[in-house]
Amino acid sequence: MTTLTAADLGALARGAAVLGTGGGGDPHIGRLLAEQALRVHGPVEIVSVDDLPDDACVLPVAMMGAPTVMVEKLPSADQIAIAVRTLAKYVGKTPTHIACIEAGGVNSTVPVIAAAQLGLPLVDGDGMGRAFPELQMVLPTLAGIEATPMSIVDEKGNRGVFDTISNAWAERLARSATVDMGCSAIVSLYAMTGAEVRASFVPGTLSQCLATGRAIDAARRTLRDPVAAVVDRLGGRMLHVGKVVDVQRRTTTGFARGDATVDGLDTSLGRLLVLRFQNEHLVAEIDGAAVTTTPDLIIVLDTESGEPITTEALRYGQRVSVLAAPSDERWHSPAGIELVGPRYFGYDLDPIRALETV
Amino acid sequence: MRIGIDVGGTNTDAVLLEGNTVLAANKSATSQDVTAGIIDTLDRLQAERSFDPGQVQAVMIGTTHFINALVEARRLAPTAALRLGLPATASLPPLVDWPQRLVDAVSGRSYLAHGGHEFDGRHIAELDEDELRRHAADMVAHGIRSVAISSVFSPVSNEFELRAAEILRSELGDDVAISLSHEIGRIGLLERENATIVNAALRELAASIVDGLAGAVAGHGIAAPLYLSQNDGTLMDVDFARRYPVATFASGPTNSMRGAALLSGLDTCAVVDVGGTTSDVGVLTHGFPREATTEVDVAGVRTNFRMPDVLSIGIGGGSLVASGTDNDVVTVGPRSVGYRLTEEALVFGGTTLTATDVAVAAGRAEIGSADAVAGLDPTLVKAALARVAADIADAVERMRTSPEPLPVVAVGGGSILLPDDLPGSLAVHRPDHFAVANAIGAAIAQVGGEVDRVYAIDPGRRDAVVDEARQEAVDRAVAAGADPAQVRIVDFDEVPIPYLPGNATRIRCKAVGDLRLGQS
Repeated sequence: MTTLTAADLGALARGAAVLGTGGGGDPHIGRLLAEQALRVHGPVEIVSVDDLPDDACVLPVAMMGAPTVMVEKLPSADQIAIAVRTLAKYVGKTPTHIACIEAGGVNSTVPVIAAAQLGLPLVDGDGMGRAFPELQMVLPTLAGIEATPMSIVDEKGNRGVFDTISNAWAERLARSATVDMGCSAIVSLYAMTGAEVRASFVPGTLSQCLATGRAIDAARRTLRDPVAAVVDRLGGRMLHVGKVVDVQRRTTTGFARGDATVDGLDTSLGRLLVLRFQNEHLVAEIDGAAVTTTPDLIIVLDTESGEPITTEALRYGQRVSVLAAPSDERWHSPAGIELVGPRYFGYDLDPIRALETV
Repeated sequence: MRIGIDVGGTNTDAVLLEGNTVLAANKSATSQDVTAGIIDTLDRLQAERSFDPGQVQAVMIGTTHFINALVEARRLAPTAALRLGLPATASLPPLVDWPQRLVDAVSGRSYLAHGGHEFDGRHIAELDEDELRRHAADMVAHGIRSVAISSVFSPVSNEFELRAAEILRSELGDDVAISLSHEIGRIGLLERENATIVNAALRELAASIVDGLAGAVAGHGIAAPLYLSQNDGTLMDVDFARRYPVATFASGPTNSMRGAALLSGLDTCAVVDVGGTTSDVGVLTHGFPREATTEVDVAGVRTNFRMPDVLSIGIGGGSLVASGTDNDVVTVGPRSVGYRLTEEALVFGGTTLTATDVAVAAGRAEIGSADAVAGLDPTLVKAALARVAADIADAVERMRTSPEPLPVVAVGGGSILLPDDLPGSLAVHRPDHFAVANAIGAAIAQVGGEVDRVYAIDPGRRDAVVDEARQEAVDRAVAAGADPAQVRIVDFDEVPIPYLPGNATRIRCKAVGDLRLGQS
């Protein structure tokens, strides 16, 4: 058992933005919120998945909607805790642990706030091992765990509970409610026992985020290459180093869809990498051939600082390094590929693993 | 004729311009007394080139007074931050991320009240006027003299900020200064609110400085209007400057870049200012600096001011030059002798090999004693200057916003380090008068208007929405004093917002035009 303090939040947010593969929005606001919560309520206890009692009542919590909206319309004082309490009341159980549903952006810090406000320990793990845009895109879905009953709470005090026939329906109804709530809501969902968490979660995600964030910091401090530090940490590989020479964005419902072209420099000289993104980076192609696709991680870092770059922040002229890293093996099962493979997102490609085309 | 004056922390520069021609220019030490300093500067201009004060059409002043006051935490008014957004936003109250020292310096008090909008203009909660009156009474009890009002999504709808201002004014009287966030910043509540609180804290100082500047100009017999430079290279009149001192914060680097560009006759270029220790690289597109897309920390407060994007690298005239054994692998900087250049460099009789020494050895400049560097290995000299050129070219390359070739304007004392062409076929221009580029940048400033808003774009309506945003930016520029015949859009950015159903798009649009000048 370890504890998480305000001093850890910088590394946590940075590491989560790496695993967020371009999605999740600016992690700054989530970090500020968590700092304030830890200042008021004290540090949060982190519990490894292995140490969870089988009958633990674990309630994951997340922000749903647009991070851009949350940067303007901040949560109310106890909106995040209320989302957990609302679900707990509906299922008639007393929560014993809080958990993250995904790594990346604000959703790596929202559960920290809930844990602080409720005085509950936080599980060291998450439902994806990365970020994906829709709420059914979690490993518990593959394990047959239902997203609902789920609570959805806005900052005005409106509270709702959905109990749906499938996780895809939960996504659909919650998405509509989120829009009416002003595009930023807090949800608590995938209520699980400790045994279910152990069977379906990616273990150690918070530790991985912290270690990755710290590895970037340490490399910078000692003048080593922060990009190489991330590659080592995640067991991934460098795909490309270069300069962003084009970013095309398209307005399509609910997604920041687009392509970015990175002209090669140094070891990548003469090669062109194209990133295809929809909130997250989903396909990387070099000279016209796909080299890595979802569900594996495609990560874009500032070459010099190692700072992760979100898809919204990609700009002409940035010097970036593009890396690939393996996702949790369960995502490569047929059901996993059906849920989050390239074809789900409209790319007519078979999935290509991060370490496949070396 | 127009007069441009740049009041920096150390020096005050002034120029008298006819069109784009420099008639007179001078540089003097900035005085403690603002009014006396401006009078002295105008006298010097008059002495250098006699002019009829009645022929002056406008006076433009750039000043660092306000940012310095914040950094030094002095002369700040007791300030309240009122945020409209309850029940939303209570998780992070106003001033929460400020350094305590600065909260104390502004005697900061924060208030939360009901109100605010959704991204699409719906109300989060209705305004509670009794609640606002109770807050006003508390402000009176605590001697508050300036108030910053922020409301959630006020860039989408300003109605609550305006109404709350009316209520506070009726409760607190007309002497209390009120600053509204929708007039100051863009989307991003905390950053916009912070900028507004900083503005509020500077209002009293602004009134006294602006009075001093206006008095000095009028005292010289100049009846022409007075303008202050803003961060983005556009102008504001004195009434605006009294209300928005925060808009002057980054005018120094902006004026410097724009002045250098004018002197070189280029409006799209990179400006490289090579100093003693660092080189600052900025890019102008159609005469305006590219803005930083990241948030900016000022005196420990995170804001989203419109700041110019400037990249600094560790190469300057005082940079240390070090070599390996065979003199063809060298490093230049980032360590530098800095202000001790005139004692430590070889050409000044010192013992340290600096970038200035190799430039002199290569015959690029005549500084100090050329004999002192005559014995340097030509291989070393060549390699060191090649390293400087490659590093500067790389910095320019990083700052480019498009693949088109980009000319480079070099200014600053260390610009002797640069060749006439940088790697990547970038031609280097070296304008005259660059020492007073700041004042020239102030004098040539234009007037602008901006829109930054989230639009829910219905199918088939995109063009209409874009036209609407562009027209509003143009209207704002004209309202600020631009000549309607001259206004054009200089910046347009459209970014779809992820995770929002419906085609929600953030549009930023900026229009500028020449100042409408009265004939004299």
